[in-house]
Amino acid sequence: MLNRIDEKFNELKLKNRKALITYLAAGDPDIEATSVLVKEMVSRGADIVEIGIPYSDPVAEGPVIQRAHSRALSKKIKISDIMGIVKTVRKSVNVPIIYLVYFNCILQYGVDKFFNDLNITGVDGIIIPDLPFEERWEVDEFAARHNVHVITLVSPTSENRLSKMLKNPKGFIYCITSLGVTGMRNEFNTDFEHFIKTVKKYTSLPTALGFGISAPEHIRRLKDFSDGLIVGSAVVKKIEDSKNLNEALEKVGAFVSDLKGALDT
Amino acid sequence: MYDSLKGRFGEFGGQYSAETLMRALGELEQSYGKISEDSQFKKELSNLFKNYAGRPSLLYYAKNMTGDLGGGRIYLKREDLNHTGSHKINNVLGQALLAQKMGKKRIIAETGAGQHGVAAATAAALFGLECEVFMGAEDMKRQRLNVYRMRLLGAGVTGVSSGTGTLKDATNEALRHWARRVEDTFYLIGSVVGPHPYPTMVRDFQSIIGNEVKKQIALLEGRLPDCLVACVGGGSNAIGLFYPFIKDTAVKMIGVEAGGEGLSTKKHAAAISGGSVGVIHGMKTYLLQDGDGQINPVHSISAGLDYPGIGPEHSYLHEIKRAEYVSVTDKEAVDALKYLTRTEGILPALESAHALAHAIKIAPGMKKDKIIVINISGRGDKDVYPVAEYEKEVL
Repeated sequence: MLNRIDEKFNELKLKNRKALITYLAAGDPDIEATSVLVKEMVSRGADIVEIGIPYSDPVAEGPVIQRAHSRALSKKIKISDIMGIVKTVRKSVNVPIIYLVYFNCILQYGVDKFFNDLNITGVDGIIIPDLPFEERWEVDEFAARHNVHVITLVSPTSENRLSKMLKNPKGFIYCITSLGVTGMRNEFNTDFEHFIKTVKKYTSLPTALGFGISAPEHIRRLKDFSDGLIVGSAVVKKIEDSKNLNEALEKVGAFVSDLKGALDT
Repeated sequence: MYDSLKGRFGEFGGQYSAETLMRALGELEQSYGKISEDSQFKKELSNLFKNYAGRPSLLYYAKNMTGDLGGGRIYLKREDLNHTGSHKINNVLGQALLAQKMGKKRIIAETGAGQHGVAAATAAALFGLECEVFMGAEDMKRQRLNVYRMRLLGAGVTGVSSGTGTLKDATNEALRHWARRVEDTFYLIGSVVGPHPYPTMVRDFQSIIGNEVKKQIALLEGRLPDCLVACVGGGSNAIGLFYPFIKDTAVKMIGVEAGGEGLSTKKHAAAISGGSVGVIHGMKTYLLQDGDGQINPVHSISAGLDYPGIGPEHSYLHEIKRAEYVSVTDKEAVDALKYLTRTEGILPALESAHALAHAIKIAPGMKKDKIIVINISGRGDKDVYPVAEYEKEVL
């Protein structure tokens, strides 16, 4: 059974194009906004949408996404609400949808039920920032059963671990641009050419760079290194800086268009 | 199945950590594994314990308290007499020495009550390391004396106002900071929590407490104690006391959690007594959470116990029923603090007062020839303001 993530990267490869992956936190500023914002991002050129499940203790996130999670949780949003809204969004959106979710949320929801519901609601992949290779046994069986790709995160510190980590990866490889947490950065010190080349030694899957990519000029600088680019905090910041939903839609839409423009030129 | 996994105590523990930190955790595990067998390291550490921290700490027979309660013979393990005023120095000296051997020039630490932060800042001063301590904004208010102590020692104190502004949030921020500076920074965790190898390593360094008690009680009473009582937040003073006795199954072990305003309210921090199994700060353990896995805000009058989780080895000792976990309220802890101060002239930390409060409940029901050891994990000077505030006294 082919997964939408694989189909998308195949399609892009044929067109000789790269994937634009954009993130928002579910329920920020409220759950209805998530539905329209996702559709807006897709209509403006997002190839894959990453939806963050808000968490009380998001240790991999910088301040911008932390605040988004707090805003969502202050509205008492539940994971079941998010599943419901994504199911509705899926009816009008064809691009792959990926969740970014901390492991304790999955564990308490019930691992089998969680992956089953991802399949039912049309979520294609999942990124679990606090579940390294060593603890992947917690989810692998259920992810395979329900045809959900668990995306492997690779960091600049992973080099000696890659042969174990990339034995049977799925979807694409999420390559973390630099040390630290998510958030907008002005410079990158990583040797991307070496980094991606090393990853490619172990897998033929597409790679996507994320963490800190926050402007069209970053896209122009980094796009030749990988098959996709992930923009998170900078999108969330547009939402945070908007006074109402219409303004957020306008700002996010224009920003995604700019990113897409930078990627396609 | 858990036997094949790393750093497990039954199903508990593990390494639920960001990929960026996995290499550092691997290096730490390897370095610690090598060094813990090294006789030179052992010699240096035991020299520091003796000549710097002032160990062994006394095992004091609390004659007045024993007479007043009219039951079992009560001994106090006086970790409050250690340099810097608590058991935290044991672990800090071990890890700082390890950091030095690993060639690290910079340490970071999280702190609740400030005891671990003070101990870490102290070791940093001693070893000439740069030190940054993360502390919840709420805790900085409650424990301003310790904040200034850390700054006097040359450490930077970074306030954390995200979440509830307490120990949990300070730990989150320390983990985020470590991910950024993982290449030159040693994260000196203060309790038996976090991803493997921390729970094991910190327990080993704290086991000096139980090892000393075993020798001391043999000299004083010629036998093993009947019961050990210690407070549990993350649980490092408790595991330090318990661990050397785990195989002595006749010795009862009781961990006392922070009951706050009572387990029927949401304002407590009793992870085992009131929580369920989940994942926090890199470990699988009991914790206070909702059905979606969101970590609940917790409460304790004692900043050092104000933590939603507990060390994974305690979860395991609870599950196999080797140790018993109970809780006492803020009020019972404050009353116990005042009681020991008046009865024995010893002002314990609010954390340790939780252990005392439970011991005060059970000692009268014990036969007079029974022996109970209470871990006085720290001294109470830092708690004078919080206690006065609780008693609505203006200083």
